[in-house]
Amino acid sequence: MRITQNRRSWAWPYVLFMVLLVVLPLLLIGYYAFTDPQGGFTLRNFLQFFHKQEAINTFIYSLAIALITTIICLLLGYPAAYIMAMRSFRTPAVMAILFILPMWINFLLRTIATVELFHMFGLPLGEGALLFGMVYDFLPFMIYPIYNTLQKMDLSLIEAAKDLGARPKEVFTKVILPLSVPGIYSGIVMVFMPTVSTFAISELLTHNKITLFGSLIQRSFGEGGIAMWNYGAALSLIMLIIIGMTSFFGNNDTEDINR
Amino acid sequence: MGKSDYIIEVNHVSKQFEDGKYALNDVSLQVRKGEFVTILGPSGCGKTTLLRCIAGFQVASEGDILLNGEDVTETPPNERPVNTVFQKYALFPHLNVYENVAFGLKLKKVPSQEIERRVRKALKMVSMSDYEYRDVNSLSGGQQQRVAIARAIINEPEVLLLDEPLAALDRKMRADMQIELREMHQKLGITFIYVTHDQEEALTLSDRVVVMREGKIQQIGAPTDIYNEPCNCFVADFIGESNILDAVMIKDRLVHFCDQDFECVDAGFGEKAEVDVVIRPEDLYIWEVPADLEKGTKTLGEIAQMQADYDPEDRVPKGKFTRLYGEVRTCIFKGVHYEMTVMTDNGYELMVQDYHQFLPGTQVGMIVKPEDIQVMRKERLCNTFDGKVLKDNQVEFLGATWDLSDRVAERFEPGDEVEVEVDFNHVNLQDDEDEGTLQGEVYFILYKGDHYHLQVRTDDGDDLFVDTNDIWDDGDRVGIKIAPSWIRLYKKEVKS
Repeated sequence: MRITQNRRSWAWPYVLFMVLLVVLPLLLIGYYAFTDPQGGFTLRNFLQFFHKQEAINTFIYSLAIALITTIICLLLGYPAAYIMAMRSFRTPAVMAILFILPMWINFLLRTIATVELFHMFGLPLGEGALLFGMVYDFLPFMIYPIYNTLQKMDLSLIEAAKDLGARPKEVFTKVILPLSVPGIYSGIVMVFMPTVSTFAISELLTHNKITLFGSLIQRSFGEGGIAMWNYGAALSLIMLIIIGMTSFFGNNDTEDINR
Repeated sequence: MGKSDYIIEVNHVSKQFEDGKYALNDVSLQVRKGEFVTILGPSGCGKTTLLRCIAGFQVASEGDILLNGEDVTETPPNERPVNTVFQKYALFPHLNVYENVAFGLKLKKVPSQEIERRVRKALKMVSMSDYEYRDVNSLSGGQQQRVAIARAIINEPEVLLLDEPLAALDRKMRADMQIELREMHQKLGITFIYVTHDQEEALTLSDRVVVMREGKIQQIGAPTDIYNEPCNCFVADFIGESNILDAVMIKDRLVHFCDQDFECVDAGFGEKAEVDVVIRPEDLYIWEVPADLEKGTKTLGEIAQMQADYDPEDRVPKGKFTRLYGEVRTCIFKGVHYEMTVMTDNGYELMVQDYHQFLPGTQVGMIVKPEDIQVMRKERLCNTFDGKVLKDNQVEFLGATWDLSDRVAERFEPGDEVEVEVDFNHVNLQDDEDEGTLQGEVYFILYKGDHYHLQVRTDDGDDLFVDTNDIWDDGDRVGIKIAPSWIRLYKKEVKS
């Protein structure tokens, strides 16, 4: 009894951490989003967003960029993860590390390096550079979870499929692909969510020519002064809800597959 | 192309792995249509590799495999008319029971009505009719096993391969499944090839048993043949309990062991040939010798003779059999019978099974019928190695350098290629690896009644055979020493 009590006290630092750095800020965002600069309750901040065509366009554009980035990452990342995970390709473990290695380096650094690369080859910055940079930055986050699920997959399942008459293509579509869905889902979440809210990458890679939703929030807080905090908070809340919704949908899907 | 009598023919198949080790070493096996063949052996003997070569998951390095007379050595598994039941079932976790069973038929684009009919039939066959839409992960081990079998047999394969399918089930469940498998085999009429390390399972299920060890087939035969007439010590030891003893064949039908001569039924070994004999513990007849020996009126032998002649239960066969006398050392109840170890008066320990209990300390007499003595040719009489004489009275073999006695060394020149002989009982094993000239691991232990016969594998993968009274365990690391005076050298015949 006493031991459990003691153990429970171990959680306190984390509870404190969560309250101070997660719960409190969320409450503050909520507070600012529904108040005017004088502190009175209002829905004006949200109405301002929905009435401003430019803001909505930015929001949709950000979602589209994030979606395209995610799709490209998936198309590039799945084969890479597959080749690394399947022992029949005899890829050395070094290859896995090389793919994961960029994750160890701060992505601002990588983005600045990308900008320099574009300069070096005389390529224009802009939408193309933005997509390239985002894919480059987030590809490891797609590869890693897929690689993980594929690697843990029981190889006898593949043998069982072959044994039952499946040709190599059918082994992939009927066994390997369905079984790697949890990894694909994790990869999508890990790429899509951070790309929706990204701002530094877009600013660096487009010379501030393209504004993403993340930048919009950042500017509300950074440049707009305290008067814009309420609007920024409302934008943050909208994004949070959208991201939350996608992850909820995804979660239900994976559970269905596991069941 | 002539029709073959055999559904499967494995011809001189070897499988070598990248590290150079042989998983299969010149294996040949013919299986008739409808047979139930079990491949039996300890783990790492190559039995699963052989099965995987037949299934097509591995390709033999040498030799070929014929299915219905057709060479399938390199045919991919999906094009072979065989199906496998995997050791850990390998059911698809993303599909339910019905979809798992239907997997093979759907690939063949069988109409869905027929699929449904056949899935129901297959599930009925394995008594899983009400589980069609259950999630496979929610099933017990035994149920998963049944689904795995249904998934394999629904494709009506010509051969069903089973890779230790019952290994993960508990004892009672295993016994039930064995009976069901046997019945299924009779009902389906297809060929079963079954891999197991469980000798009891092999003897119960099969028409024929293939005993394997270290990538080689040791013996192929009906269960009764394998049990009653093992071809070597390994098979005798691996299958059932046995007393294995060093013996000398004095002449045809007379064999000497435990310091006594015994009549036997074997012939053709020559005179004074060193052999091994196997006596199953249930083939030793045992009776109690009364404890009133102290009275001194009769000798132990006479009393035992009396006892044997007047055995009230008539359990001990009458006749002029050679008798062994001794004292019971241990007695364990084994359910149906008791298992006793008896130390004979001349120092041999024998295992005896009997329905009657003989408590430790009891003086007993024992006989064995001639037909129950199985005589086997010895695989080797002493250790022999290829060696090379070095300078300074030394010789090199097994990758190490050994000292020679002057008496031996003076007959050879440095550089001579020689054959080295060392008797089993002159190899000295040391607890401390570093004390030995060579290091190795105890690989296989055989109890020979009054000593242990060990197979020691050196770190280079060579084998030494050692007779010792010391007790070692499988896998013990040992240092190997041989006294110079026990190393015999023979000049090699120079090949022209």
